Amino acid sequence: MDDLYREAILDHYRHPRRKGHLEDADIHYYDTNPFCGDEITIELKVEDGKIVDAAFDGQGCAISQATASMLMEEILGKDIEEVKSWDKEFILDMLGIEIGPVRLKCALLPLKALKAGVWGLDEWPE
Amino acid sequence: MLMEINPAAVTDRAEELKREFPILARRIGDKRLVYLDNAATSQKPEAVLQAMDDYYRLYNANVHRGVHTLSEEATALYEQARVRIARLLHAPSEKQIVFTRGTTESINLVANAWGRANLKPGDEVLITEMEHHSNIVPWQILRDQIGFTLRYIPLGLDGLLDVSDLDSLINERTKLVSFIHVSNVLGTINPAAELIAAAHAVGAKVLLDGAQSVPHMPVDVQALDVDFLAFSGHKMCGPTGSGALYAKRELLEAMPPWMGGGDMIREVKMSASKWNAVPYKFEAGTPSIAEAVGLGAAAEYLSALGMDWINAHERALVGYAYERLGQVEGLRILGPGPDQRSGLISFTVDEIHPHDLSAILDQTGVAVRAGHHCAQPIHDRFGIPASARASLYFYNTTEDIDQLVSGLEHAVQIFAW
Ligand SMILES: Cc1ncc(COP(=O)(O)O)c(C=O)c1O
Repeated sequence: MDDLYREAILDHYRHPRRKGHLEDADIHYYDTNPFCGDEITIELKVEDGKIVDAAFDGQGCAISQATASMLMEEILGKDIEEVKSWDKEFILDMLGIEIGPVRLKCALLPLKALKAGVWGLDEWPE
Repeated sequence: MLMEINPAAVTDRAEELKREFPILARRIGDKRLVYLDNAATSQKPEAVLQAMDDYYRLYNANVHRGVHTLSEEATALYEQARVRIARLLHAPSEKQIVFTRGTTESINLVANAWGRANLKPGDEVLITEMEHHSNIVPWQILRDQIGFTLRYIPLGLDGLLDVSDLDSLINERTKLVSFIHVSNVLGTINPAAELIAAAHAVGAKVLLDGAQSVPHMPVDVQALDVDFLAFSGHKMCGPTGSGALYAKRELLEAMPPWMGGGDMIREVKMSASKWNAVPYKFEAGTPSIAEAVGLGAAAEYLSALGMDWINAHERALVGYAYERLGQVEGLRILGPGPDQRSGLISFTVDEIHPHDLSAILDQTGVAVRAGHHCAQPIHDRFGIPASARASLYFYNTTEDIDQLVSGLEHAVQIFAW
């Protein structure tokens, strides 16, 4: 019954990877979920179209924070064009859980911040 | 004054009453539903569902318009609901009850009708740091248009209003004091009589947000001598989209309408119109008739149970909950001790976000709310982004509290480092 909180998610929540701040980020994006107050900042360093360093900071529920942490691990070394194609399915596969519509917003917040950052957009690209 | 009731007696009666609420027989997955989100909205008893169903099946017509039988019967039911609500609040006359969609609309009505006509630059409107957004934002909007000053009674970390500076906060510039009777986050029961007397001493009017008091305790508008009282039907066993504003007669008479349309006029000419009498002047357009009828049935239902009994039941149960929750590892309760609070408890648990708590509780059948409960300033004051809230009603039992506590213990286990 506690699928939502499988061990991998709790582990990322307790021990977030790449949480902190980059001195010389090329991309910096902050976003919140006004419904629950979750906050995420994503910072990326890009060289030749590839992501060479990444960090996140934020506060919120286990789902939003663990997703951000997992995403930071995924993103290192990736081509920025590839990152642009990541979508909801990508996040759900990464998390490996079933998730209802309300908590989906928590899970998608880091991606929303990430994509707004890489597209240089304020709006969520549909 | 408070009736002494022990938690076991509470449970017996509540267990019977639960059966009058069809939804409370539901299961969430394979778990028995424990509904502890009553401050957001209450469940509805058979009596209310039946009244609304009967209305649509037998009486549906527009009100105050037709001369046919259905229209007369619908109008009589609509007006009977007004009488029932007036009786619950001990209002001198049902003409002082204006139907609205709820607390939010009632407060906006006062801001737009009374506020626009009576507030000017230099005046002060006093609210508190404990308000629901619905008693903050309408005044900010109006302030930005008119240019009066909006001031706040500060909130202490004990969860009580800090009235040490009241003498300067309520002064000859104060035109309105608008405050929450019972906090929907802290559960704090504010000293309404004292604040109303202090406001009246300088000639200010008082608007009371009764969203969390009217459903849960006796509220006597004449004893309180309050000028305006706003509340929502859906938090007191009535349907969503129902609610009312009580106001003193002379205020209603003097206030201009805020919405124009059918029903609120006596005469419409191309050059100008004449307003209908109160309360119809404030009820433009076809009202939510079935909802009003449902709210009237809810008022009757609560009156029959007895507001004193409901209050005593909840106070006993919240005392039990306060003690049990205090034993959960890392759990911190926001707000005052059980003696100064109504039947709701907001809390945080160390290292677990309220949304995660609520999601885990949901898997055990327990419905609580997580978030800022439309009261961000309170959470800012306590330096937390959000909290979880368990809010009771008269159909809750000690067993419900026990299920909440074991759900929380389960959450603590899942998140154990
Ligand atoms: C204290 C308080 N005031 C106002 C409101 C707003 O009520 P409604 O949304 O029914 O208009 C609520 C409930 O949400 C409340 O708890």
